[in-house]
Amino acid sequence: MRRRNWFLFSALCFGFAFLYGPILSLIIYSFNASRLVTVWGGFSTRWYGELFRDPQIIDAALLSLRIGAVNATFAVALGTLAGLAITRFGRFRGRMLFTGMIAAPLVMPEVITGLSLLLLFVTLESVVGWPSGRGVTTITIAHITFSMAYVAVIVQSRLSSLDGSLEEAALDLGARPWKVFLVITLPIIAPALVAGWLLAFTLSLDDLVIASFVSGPGASTLPMVVFSKVRLGVSPDVNALATIIVLIVSLAVVVSGWLMIRSERRRERDVQEALAGRS
Amino acid sequence: MSQATGGGSSTSWQQPDTPPFLRIEGVVKRFGDFVAVDGVSLDIYRKELFCLLGGSGCGKTTLLRMLAGFEQPSEGHIYLDGSDMTDAPPYERPVNMMFQSYALFPHMTVAGNVAFGLKQDRVPAPEIKRRVTEALDLVQLGPFAKRKPHQLSGGQRQRVALARCLIKRPKLLLLDEPLAALDKKLREQTQFELMTIQEEVGITFIVVTHDQEEAMSLSTRIAVMDRGQIAQVGTPTEIYEYPRTRFTADFIGSINFFDGKVTGREGEALTVDVPVLGISLQVRSEIELPPGREVCVAVRPEKISISREPLDLPNVLRGKVRDLGYLGNLSVYRVELDGGRLVKVSTANTLHSTEREVDWDDMVYLGWRSSAALVLSE
Amino acid sequence: MTTAQPTPDPRRPFPKTRRKPRFWTRGKGAVTAVPYFWLLLFFLLPFAIVLKISLAEPLIAQPPFTPLFGPDGALQATLDNYRFLWEDHLYIVAYLNSLKLAGVSTLLCLLIGYPMAYGMAKAPPALRNILLLLVILPFWTSFLLRVYAWMGILRNNGLINNLLLGLGVIDQPIQMMNTDFAIYIGITYSYLPFMILPLYAVLERLPGDLVEAAQDLGCRPWKAFATITLPLSVPGIIAGSLLVFIPAVGEFVIPSLLGGPDSLMIGRVLWDEFFGNRDWPVASAVAIALLLVLVVPIMMFQRMQLRREGA
Repeated sequence: MRRRNWFLFSALCFGFAFLYGPILSLIIYSFNASRLVTVWGGFSTRWYGELFRDPQIIDAALLSLRIGAVNATFAVALGTLAGLAITRFGRFRGRMLFTGMIAAPLVMPEVITGLSLLLLFVTLESVVGWPSGRGVTTITIAHITFSMAYVAVIVQSRLSSLDGSLEEAALDLGARPWKVFLVITLPIIAPALVAGWLLAFTLSLDDLVIASFVSGPGASTLPMVVFSKVRLGVSPDVNALATIIVLIVSLAVVVSGWLMIRSERRRERDVQEALAGRS
Repeated sequence: MSQATGGGSSTSWQQPDTPPFLRIEGVVKRFGDFVAVDGVSLDIYRKELFCLLGGSGCGKTTLLRMLAGFEQPSEGHIYLDGSDMTDAPPYERPVNMMFQSYALFPHMTVAGNVAFGLKQDRVPAPEIKRRVTEALDLVQLGPFAKRKPHQLSGGQRQRVALARCLIKRPKLLLLDEPLAALDKKLREQTQFELMTIQEEVGITFIVVTHDQEEAMSLSTRIAVMDRGQIAQVGTPTEIYEYPRTRFTADFIGSINFFDGKVTGREGEALTVDVPVLGISLQVRSEIELPPGREVCVAVRPEKISISREPLDLPNVLRGKVRDLGYLGNLSVYRVELDGGRLVKVSTANTLHSTEREVDWDDMVYLGWRSSAALVLSE
Repeated sequence: MTTAQPTPDPRRPFPKTRRKPRFWTRGKGAVTAVPYFWLLLFFLLPFAIVLKISLAEPLIAQPPFTPLFGPDGALQATLDNYRFLWEDHLYIVAYLNSLKLAGVSTLLCLLIGYPMAYGMAKAPPALRNILLLLVILPFWTSFLLRVYAWMGILRNNGLINNLLLGLGVIDQPIQMMNTDFAIYIGITYSYLPFMILPLYAVLERLPGDLVEAAQDLGCRPWKAFATITLPLSVPGIIAGSLLVFIPAVGEFVIPSLLGGPDSLMIGRVLWDEFFGNRDWPVASAVAIALLLVLVVPIMMFQRMQLRREGA
């Protein structure tokens, strides 16, 4: 037993070093004064300054944030409906196709999704005249399509672990179905919706391939700008950008983790008290 | 199908002309090819505490869910207080249900849970407040109004669930395995509380349970269910003392069966020849059964006397004690007859003693009166 | 029997009607229809269009392909694009190479991910959630930037070569960037969390007393692992492998940033065909052929999702 614990311990250490080493190197070199990313030329924050003075990056970042937020909101709405349909409505016509269309985007190679959506938009434009040209709208639609699948999976797993008799109890006590959804189901699955929103937002912010396909002139998202920069070689202001992203994400994760642990602790304490002081 | 037999009693289900409060008529429920409920008809009267009893998969829960409106019968009708509610959705029925999991809304306080039903009916706020206080007092949970469900013990949760249903003053209250989630001690106590509350509020209760003891001690009448059908309906005594089928006899309590053939009648008793025993048994029966009819004689273990001395009874068997179990209040024996057949016998331990009258490997006589046994012809 | 009730004759045969629970059906249609319609329009229909265009001939026009029906209404479908894929060596090599690179990377993910997932499942419960968070955290940061990080590490004057040169282990930088090795590293690194998460989900749920029972019955620890834990974690292995393998086959970012000119991957070929050559029909045919290659693993994934949903 002891020996295997050692093995597992070193496997974990190696694995996390593998996962975090590259990220750490990005952060360290973002403070490098030298333009040569891998030669240490002393501590400096000049690349952060350059990053914020680069209008191309700033515009792209703002555009990405906007698309991300709109996408996440729509994806949560559609994904919730889809998750509800799958877990709560039993069998309906075309259910197999529906669940298939929910699961497929999770693994579909991005080049295929990107190409097929672009060809759809081109065809739609020539047949019905919409969307006229490609840009922010088409990117948003493409992002909603694949991120709603992720949201649906999250909502679905939350709903299926939810005691179905809660909703039945509410119906039984006189609430109509839509009201049951608003006052019972929605508040209980709210954390899953928040998680789904954040995931959809991140996926959108992160996507290069699909956006490149369905984007038009003038609509360059942050990953598209970054890609065109790094494909020419390493560039220190990209390191600075990466550091900022890592910082924001870690902060969000640490805060949400702390909130989660705190509410969990409080809950445990409540349960203990309830058991101790039962009548 | 009420067991309308006796007269003179004041209980409503025994008076032939009382209209039933709830009438279930020829109800069938299919899920695809599977028939969960197979032609159930039942009449239930006002203020009854009626139990649906059966093993898992017997259709009792499906029947309950049809009464609540969560499932719709494939065939048949359900009438409550004279009106057809077969197709009414759950939120329009004067029926409430207490769920096995209690289904307390985790994001609302105890008071919020209890008030939920009244809010749906748009009852004015001051009245809601008054009635919530009343309902919580009824289940002795007044001080816990502001707590969340996870801050309560199992027994307290159960009482919140009960208060939440009762506050709507339903015509019919459905309880799905109300005591299953509680531990044994608490269960007994809660059982009596449930009966007291039912008498206090005067609402008709229908309880689903798989626990025969719970059904026996709670209910006015029991319907035993088997494979989607009603095996028998009756008071606990009727079900226990006069089971009509082998299934019911076996499901409720413990019993010995002897298969045989009717040979004739001597006075009040039928004579049944039992080949396994090599003798004939005397069984009192009002039903006339022709000689040659294959029947089954059923005797409950506690109705059999056991002794090392010969017994002066119409039915006597001889055997050897193979097993002996001391259960505190009872002793149970398994006696092997000469033919190899095992018979269960139990006696009450009325004397305070460590000495046993009958012990392992003793040769004993078993005997019972002809009125102690039953003839089952199905 | 009673008389006051409005009850029909009980012997009357009951009508064999199928009723549906009325209270759900109304909203149900609308709730399902919205996401259903969205997916039909933006997920399924596009594939039909790709298929259609893959049967067209390229044109120098806008759009750059021939319509499916000519001006006389006759069907103008051609399999030329597929014949072209089959006959041109480049495409076959690219498909095979993609499968090889994705397959080896999946295996690497499994080799690194399994012990990690197992170690996490064995860790004390308080630590487990933190470790889980640490596995998920890189996933929330940019994929593109994580691949970019390896450019700085693997380059000829990158971190590893500088370190080895400085230590005097080597005197010439090792060529790592623009090789298959860099692609293996890139895919393994980027997709590792997708392998760990399903494995962890399965391993964490395995009751600990199973292994204890096996050991109690005389199994040595490694044998208990091989006969109990490993077979029971197969669903996690399959799920993780599919989650890594399928997207990796069509990967574009990793081969184009880390790979060399001869480490061809089909995602990159499709991209170049589309953006470089502007040959939409061939790009469509490449996409359809890629889908055909992936149809078996995707179906497997679908079935697993369905089963998981049923459980």
